[in-house]
Amino acid sequence: MKKSKAFWVYLALALVIYAVVQVMTANEMIDLYYQNMLITICINIMLAVSLHIVIGITGQFSIGHAGFMAVGAYVSAICTMKLGLPFIVGIIMAGVVAAIAGLLVGVPSLRLKGDYLAIATLGFAEIIRITFLNIDYVGGAAGMVVNHMTTWTYAFLGVLITILVISNFTNSRHGRSCLAIREDEIAADAMGINTTYYKVVAFVIGSLFAGVAGALYAHNFYIIQPTAFNFLKSFEILIYVVLGGLGSLSGSVIAAIFLTTVSQYLQAFPETRMIIYSVVLILVMLYRPTGLMGTKELKDVFRLKKRGGSEA
Amino acid sequence: MSNPLVKLENVGIQFGGLKAVQNVNMYINKGELVGLIGPNGAGKTTTFNMLTGVYTPTEGDITFEGKSIKGLKPYQVTKRGISRTFQNIRLFKDLTVLDNVKIANHHLAKHSILSSVLRLPSHFKGEGKMEKESIEFLKIFGLDVYKDELAKNLPYGMQRRLEIARALAAGPKLLLLDEPAAGMNPQETQDLMDLIALIRKEFDLTILLIEHDMSLVMGICERIYVLDHGQLIAEGTPEEIRNNPKVIEAYLGEEVKN
Ligand SMILES: Nc1ncnc2c1ncn2[C@@H]1O[C@H](COP(=O)(O)OP(=O)(O)OP(=O)(O)O)[C@@H](O)[C@H]1O
Ligand SMILES: [Mg+2]
Repeated sequence: MKKSKAFWVYLALALVIYAVVQVMTANEMIDLYYQNMLITICINIMLAVSLHIVIGITGQFSIGHAGFMAVGAYVSAICTMKLGLPFIVGIIMAGVVAAIAGLLVGVPSLRLKGDYLAIATLGFAEIIRITFLNIDYVGGAAGMVVNHMTTWTYAFLGVLITILVISNFTNSRHGRSCLAIREDEIAADAMGINTTYYKVVAFVIGSLFAGVAGALYAHNFYIIQPTAFNFLKSFEILIYVVLGGLGSLSGSVIAAIFLTTVSQYLQAFPETRMIIYSVVLILVMLYRPTGLMGTKELKDVFRLKKRGGSEA
Repeated sequence: MSNPLVKLENVGIQFGGLKAVQNVNMYINKGELVGLIGPNGAGKTTTFNMLTGVYTPTEGDITFEGKSIKGLKPYQVTKRGISRTFQNIRLFKDLTVLDNVKIANHHLAKHSILSSVLRLPSHFKGEGKMEKESIEFLKIFGLDVYKDELAKNLPYGMQRRLEIARALAAGPKLLLLDEPAAGMNPQETQDLMDLIALIRKEFDLTILLIEHDMSLVMGICERIYVLDHGQLIAEGTPEEIRNNPKVIEAYLGEEVKN
């Protein structure tokens, strides 16, 4: 059972990271700036991995992911700020409502292929954003004031659960069905896979975790505004997935960590940030067109190294 | 005489103005190995596509085990018990050989998405069974040594075999093989034909085989249908087909053109 061994190694590693950050925070070794940065990294990992299941695993080119994040952000903010519900209820509601939105968008649009699907999902995300922009109940363009409630623990658990659910899904007959769709939809259909069903399932799971990420995002700053969920945000998430390597979960995690860190340091120079982003993307497309990791996972890389070593 | 396993009644399909197949009447009894031959563009693959739900016939009806399958989606047809291989190999190229077979086995497993996400016992039981069965299928085709190889890295002949292994893993009663020996050398072809005979017995299969190699079809099929320009021009035993003037003409015509 090699797989479960890798699983325990990862879990142990994750818990160590969690404990170290937690202890350092308690001892004031990590200031608010870095705490915030760590939480942002977690949120972006969740966004990347939740899009990875749609694009990397199922091969459906959806580029409106920020739309589902927006749904989660606003739904959770309404729960906590307007209805006075506990944060955890807000998070769950964010996931549920974003999943329902994913279902409603996915059923008609996943019949479309390639460019058409991309346009439809992008259009949906814009509609969501403009809807929130025009609802006074949630503050319109001025935005909605939200209390700071997202802690390192919430963010860490969010990432852990997202990765666990999505990798468990992927490594099962259900995930393989999605991979089959990515590889060859006609053959998948001919082998007995209900392709529409699995495309929608992947889309709904992706939307759910984007919604949860949105909830954590909303409660990490003091205000949410519709502009935070515009198409640039969708592209940013898309870049994590493409840069990491379509089909590689660890790739999208690594890309999310890397790009979030870079862009945090460049926050003061937004133009430079976009230039660096573009340069990185162009370099990757030139020298590693399949992304940093291709379709490989971290554990494959290590296994290959080990094998190579013993042969040498 | 019991009812045939599959029956095509006046089946036809039109693409725009082109009648690719018309007025096809065919039946296949349970356990038969039937050949479908004809010159290039005769409509053989199109007939497969209609049998498997890729295309819906614009005329006529197709029944399988006495029930119409016309209008079903391909995956629904597969669940009823018809599976196929593709003339132009369509493997899941970037997945492993084992995963290719497991994917076909998917619809026979029961464990739910929730059980997989939560790693419940039913997930491990279901996945374990799939793994075991898939390896059995690979063994039959001598592919088990390649199980962790990506499908695209297999030699050509092995890819053709994997196509059949995958189709078999979908648990068919009727297996449709679209030129399974295309591009193989005589030895590989002979091995493949022996294998087809073997799985037919082992899995109690009914087989419809498209093949260009006449001697091969004549050698293993009990009955043969001949298509030309979208219409059936002959039906009978290999002996009858060999001496049928219409068939000779259809094939000679092709040779003259070539
Ligand atoms: N989707 C489609 N749209 C338009 N025409 C089609 C379509 N599919 C098949 N045809 C046409 O139908 C005819 C029969 O094609 P088919 O592929 O069934 O031939 P075949 O007997 O399998 O030939 P081959 O031996 O070359 O494989 C051809 O003229 C082909 O161009
Ligand atoms: Mg053909």
